[in-house]
Amino acid sequence: MSHARILREGLWGNNVVFSQMLALCPTMAVTTSGTNALAMGLATTAVLVVSNMLVSLIRDVVSTQVRIPVFVVLIATLVTIVDLALNAWAHELYKVLGLFIALIVVNCAILGRAEAFASKNGVAASAVDGLATGLGFTLALTVIGLIRELFGAGTLFAQASLLLGPSFAFLEMRVPAYEGALLMILPPGGFAVLGLLLAAKRVFEGRQRADAAASVPVAAS
Amino acid sequence: MSVPETPKGIAAIRERLGYQPVLLAVAALLAGAALTWAHGATKAPIAAAEAADLRTTLAQVMPAGFADNDLLADVVEVDGGRGPVRVHVARRAGAAVGAVFRMAERGYAGEVALLMAVDADGRVLGVRVLKHAETPGLGDKIDRAKSPWIDGFAGKSLAEPAPAQWAVNKDGGVFDAFAGATITPRAVVKAVRAGLEFFSAQRAEILGDRS
Repeated sequence: MSHARILREGLWGNNVVFSQMLALCPTMAVTTSGTNALAMGLATTAVLVVSNMLVSLIRDVVSTQVRIPVFVVLIATLVTIVDLALNAWAHELYKVLGLFIALIVVNCAILGRAEAFASKNGVAASAVDGLATGLGFTLALTVIGLIRELFGAGTLFAQASLLLGPSFAFLEMRVPAYEGALLMILPPGGFAVLGLLLAAKRVFEGRQRADAAASVPVAAS
Repeated sequence: MSVPETPKGIAAIRERLGYQPVLLAVAALLAGAALTWAHGATKAPIAAAEAADLRTTLAQVMPAGFADNDLLADVVEVDGGRGPVRVHVARRAGAAVGAVFRMAERGYAGEVALLMAVDADGRVLGVRVLKHAETPGLGDKIDRAKSPWIDGFAGKSLAEPAPAQWAVNKDGGVFDAFAGATITPRAVVKAVRAGLEFFSAQRAEILGDRS
């Protein structure tokens, strides 16, 4: 598979949330605002890239029988080190992100990519796959987070400057005179938004397939 | 030799039974070593960052200039009924003038942890929520960043208001319960009151014999 193809698969075609329906637990938990969602996405992307590369490096040494425990130990160690490092050297960021870092361990998408891709492919391809899957996850989370935040609280990217630095304060927007519908922030809102987005993706892809079939009628016969 | 050709190198030993536990043990050992190293390298910076956090919150619950000692270093452990409580003693020119300690109460979603400062007469100087998991948009108004509600405790003591009025207004008390969330402010009021009772019961031990 070419790197461009891996990227496209991870971002859209095989998107971890919208297509594989993996990692729904962290997805529901952190998409109460665009900022939280973006932060969780970026932290997961970093862990995915490194874990994919490490798994790919050791794939010849690890036997098939014990690969799962070895990968789990490796990922858990990696996440714990990221957690400690953030707490020590980026404490302000840690106070915003801290809760999510621990959640990354239980993100099945990471083990999923280690198992499905990195244990069978080279280091470079695995790094690209980790990046693509991570960015696809970030994209899905941020879209869900922004929709929930917009309807639930009437803001967009609230407190983004806390996460990304004061220069990103321009991202923060709020709808004047709108108090928000709390339901969207609560868990039911998360499921509703995810369901509607999945339906929209299905419809879009169905149209694409129909167009593709219509444009090559002769060659197919 | 008449042995049929077998896979060479790592592929040959990888499938043997003895290889699996050794591999697992090595993986666990390396993970343990990496974690030990990371823990050692981050221990001091994490402690420093947490001390800085506490210092910031300490400064928020107490008026500027109220104490002139290093509250972080001036700690007494006092029995709080549910185990020992670490109390930071505020001093001015050596004399104990107040105390800062942590209180916790069950809220709507898990524990609500508070840091509260009390002066020597048992009046609340200030309260801040350290940690909570209350409903965003409803219960989180106890957070000073979201609403000034928590400032309403300043100046209150066990005598003022009267004990029966140490409750949210819905229960006949003097503290506002914000719309949609009663359990959360109720928990905070209960925790602050428990903190004042703890302070008055242990006052002599907290402030020491010097005062």
